[in-house]
Amino acid sequence: MLDDFVTRALFAGIGTALVTGPAGCFVVWRRLAYFGETIAHSALLGVALALLGEIPLVVGIFGCASVIVLALYFLEGRDALPTDTLLGMFAYGGLALGLVVLAFFPTVRFNLNGLLFGDILAVSRADIAIVWGGGIVALFVLWRLWRSLLATTVDADLASVAGFRPERARLAFGLLLAAIIAVAIKIVGVLLIVALLVIPPATVRHLSRSPEAMAVWAAVAGALAVAGGLFASAELDTPSGPSIVVAALALFALTRIRRS
Amino acid sequence: MSADSQASSPVPLVRAGGIGVRRAGRWIFREVDLEVVRGNLVFLIGANGAGKTTCAKAALGLIDIDEGYVDRSPSLCVGYVPQRLAVSPTLPLSVRRLMQLTGRFPASEIDSALNSVGLERLGDPPVVNLSGGELQRLLLASALIRKPDLLVLDEPDQGVDVAGSDVLHSLIDAIRISTDCGVLWISHDLELAMKAGDDFVVLVPHEHEDRPLSRPDAV
Ligand SMILES: Nc1ncnc2c1ncn2[C@@H]1O[C@H](COP(=O)(O)OP(=O)(O)OP(=O)(O)O)[C@@H](O)[C@H]1O
Ligand SMILES: [Mg+2]
Repeated sequence: MLDDFVTRALFAGIGTALVTGPAGCFVVWRRLAYFGETIAHSALLGVALALLGEIPLVVGIFGCASVIVLALYFLEGRDALPTDTLLGMFAYGGLALGLVVLAFFPTVRFNLNGLLFGDILAVSRADIAIVWGGGIVALFVLWRLWRSLLATTVDADLASVAGFRPERARLAFGLLLAAIIAVAIKIVGVLLIVALLVIPPATVRHLSRSPEAMAVWAAVAGALAVAGGLFASAELDTPSGPSIVVAALALFALTRIRRS
Repeated sequence: MSADSQASSPVPLVRAGGIGVRRAGRWIFREVDLEVVRGNLVFLIGANGAGKTTCAKAALGLIDIDEGYVDRSPSLCVGYVPQRLAVSPTLPLSVRRLMQLTGRFPASEIDSALNSVGLERLGDPPVVNLSGGELQRLLLASALIRKPDLLVLDEPDQGVDVAGSDVLHSLIDAIRISTDCGVLWISHDLELAMKAGDDFVVLVPHEHEDRPLSRPDAV
């Protein structure tokens, strides 16, 4: 069954969306969209380092993103610069540095377009294993972090008084997000990954009565967008990553029209 | 201090000695002593910007202090009502879900906590739709449901109407007496503090000297 590349793409895409939906809820609630952008942009540096070190791309991207998450964690509040300025520096610094590093090694070839916009039709069985294996681990970690992260999202002081560790939850979620983005970049690419994090939760916000319900519905909405986008991409011969994002936006628009 | 709490010389729930907090190159407050024992109501009084919220957070260990010491009794259960709570409108959080945020409680306990702050007819609306006074009462209910040893209230009567404010005052007093918890109450109302409190601490905003304070006995 997994012989067909469209089926493989569907498996990988849905596996990704089932994780980015719930994780994306926290991105929306905690206003971390730009933080996600920064991690995604830094992926280019991760790719450059992975190609040079001859390690798997996912490992390079995650390693590089983790360093940036840690750096932001320790700089935030200690530095006089506002957070969005710090994020901008890391995002574009990572992107530019990655391109510069690659220019020193003209013999290294890789698919820049696939990195920027995703290459879901090229996923292998191994990629699917990474998406689903990693996805199950990511959902498990998110489930363990859930109460503490949710309390921290409402109020860090209240969470702290109740015995949670807001700082630790924040850092753990940052690293989790780095891992999720490192895996998901294959599907929709550096420039589109944040769309898969924020659009499904935004779509289901008004259908949800509780944070947990919103997480489940966001996973469903993401999976629908992947299926719809891949179907449209096959029918209309459009690029798959952007088609998934357009499908997610269409779903968002649909729920809004029905409301009004 | 009331006489009987002195007599049994109870271990304080929290005791801060000579604490000071310095941020952004200036001292927010210095040399503050604070002690809350079981069953006592201690007021923390001061004008806007005097550092009351900061001082209470320092006493709870929520922020780092730059001088002095804070002792809290081990495994202290704290109920904290922050001055402000800004719930993101994107978070679908209902009143009853908020009550469950820091622990699981049976519905009957949630009902009675909501009853005790006069929110029995509220139902279960989204928290973002509450009025300021309703939110304040809800925060108090979610602090009470934890059956705290120490209740820290940062201006709990803000936004609560006059009648409600009197009810709130007697409610907090009743809770203190029935559960024998200590209460640290932040307020602007010196009159209330002198009338109702066992003790009070006044924070005065002024330019705190940057050099180490010399103790009288060191002069
Ligand atoms: N992290 C910080 N960095 C710099 N200044 C701070 C910080 N936290 C508090 N301050 C300053 O310390 C002062 C005291 O703040 P605080 O919130 O403790 O006052 P307050 O007594 O609770 O006032 P209010 O009655 O208005 O609630 C304010 O001037 C505030 O700007
Ligand atoms: Mg205050």
